[in-house]
Amino acid sequence: MRRLAERLAPVVLVALLLAAWETACRLLAIPAYFLPPPSRIAASLAADAPSLLASAWNTLFMALVALAVASVLAQAVALVVALSPILERAVRPLAVVLQVTPVVAVAPLVVIWAGIDHPERAIVALAAVVAFFPIFSGAVTGLKSADPDLERLFDLYGATRVQRLMRLRLPSATPYLLEGHKVAAGLAVIGAVVAEFVAGSGGAQGLAWRILEAGNRLQTARMFAALVVLGVLGAVLHAGLERLEGAILRLWRGR
Amino acid sequence: MTIAALQGVEVDYPARGRALGPLDLAIGEGEIIALVGPSGCGKSTALRLLAGLEAPSRGTVRRQPGRGETSVVFQAPTLAPWLTARANVALPLELAGTPRRVARDRAAEALARVGLAAGVDARPAQLSGGMAMRVSLARALVTDPRLLLLDEPFAALDEITRRALADDVLALWARYRPAIVFVTHNVEEAVYMASRVVVMTRGPGLVAAQVAVDGPLPRPAHFRTSAGFRETAETVSIALAAGMEAAA
Repeated sequence: MRRLAERLAPVVLVALLLAAWETACRLLAIPAYFLPPPSRIAASLAADAPSLLASAWNTLFMALVALAVASVLAQAVALVVALSPILERAVRPLAVVLQVTPVVAVAPLVVIWAGIDHPERAIVALAAVVAFFPIFSGAVTGLKSADPDLERLFDLYGATRVQRLMRLRLPSATPYLLEGHKVAAGLAVIGAVVAEFVAGSGGAQGLAWRILEAGNRLQTARMFAALVVLGVLGAVLHAGLERLEGAILRLWRGR
Repeated sequence: MTIAALQGVEVDYPARGRALGPLDLAIGEGEIIALVGPSGCGKSTALRLLAGLEAPSRGTVRRQPGRGETSVVFQAPTLAPWLTARANVALPLELAGTPRRVARDRAAEALARVGLAAGVDARPAQLSGGMAMRVSLARALVTDPRLLLLDEPFAALDEITRRALADDVLALWARYRPAIVFVTHNVEEAVYMASRVVVMTRGPGLVAAQVAVDGPLPRPAHFRTSAGFRETAETVSIALAAGMEAAA
């Protein structure tokens, strides 16, 4: 009974908020271009479902490609850095600068480099830039997170550097790598959307483009519909990755 | 014959100053030595010196056992969570270049020796504290060490498990006769398991007393209730208290 209540609580809250929104729009006669009622948004969502889903897939695909690129690069750099403390000192500030620079500020530059005809390259590059740091940071931390007593045992057994890396540090880093990828995936979607906004209408077909297009035409209900799809996309991605992380961790720990 | 010895050994840490010594300690072949003393007296440091995991600031450490002939068991089981019990135990052999199949077979034998024949494929997370400690012990024994170093190995376990493991260690000692040095806070455990109890004092660790324990090893039933056991425990307790007073 209590579990049922816990499960229903968020649904009930959303339903109440939507009802209040709908009532307010009708009672106060708010113009639809300013704030459309939920019923209008739902109608728009239904009407535009095919194009919205295609755009959502577009954005998701860009984000996933960016995630793969960032994953390979970040783990490769982290591995090199983990082998040499000097290199880590050298790379850290650069990685931090990369992380704290707002992606939207770098975007116009990357769009120029990628070429006006290739907005998808700019989108992947920018999303990869944002996804890089959490994976890199997780990998570096993870590679140093091995149980110090296990490190001592490896000393005692006279393990080589390669043995220590392959049989102790990499496996120890697994939970950190999973966490890093989970955070990075969410950021990659944000990065892709930001990049789409900056790249504008030059052939980008993602959700941000739908929002821009509808905004220019003052089709506010369609803007909301695209936002809803974006929100659902993020939530589904997060939930999926959470489950994947749990499954891999269970495999890693044996339960 | 002496298998390892600390001679006038001192250890200084940059941040804390003197951590140990000067300390003289000789370990004979097949001897079981208990190091007792208050926290921070340098017991674990002495153990790491004997293992060759740390170098002294001054003095000499003489170690006879070659590479792979010394094993250490820590207070926590210190198992790799991603490996099965068998793979954990096989690790020291595999790192030394033993082919995987041979190593895993010997690991299964070592697990059987500590009474875990059934648990070879379990992961550490599926084992109780006592069972995980047995796996750790099996990993230490798999290389047939001549010197076995135990750093408060049973401190995190309940009394019944502790006693059972103490008897298991003694039974294993009776078969393979490695020299054993173990660190403990527990006077009764020290007297029960050791042939010689070395009482250390705090700040920094010095030997306050060395107490020989009479009686056969492994211990007969009712050893804990014998007059000899109680007298020796009393002697160790007094030496421990005297050492703490002198240091205060």
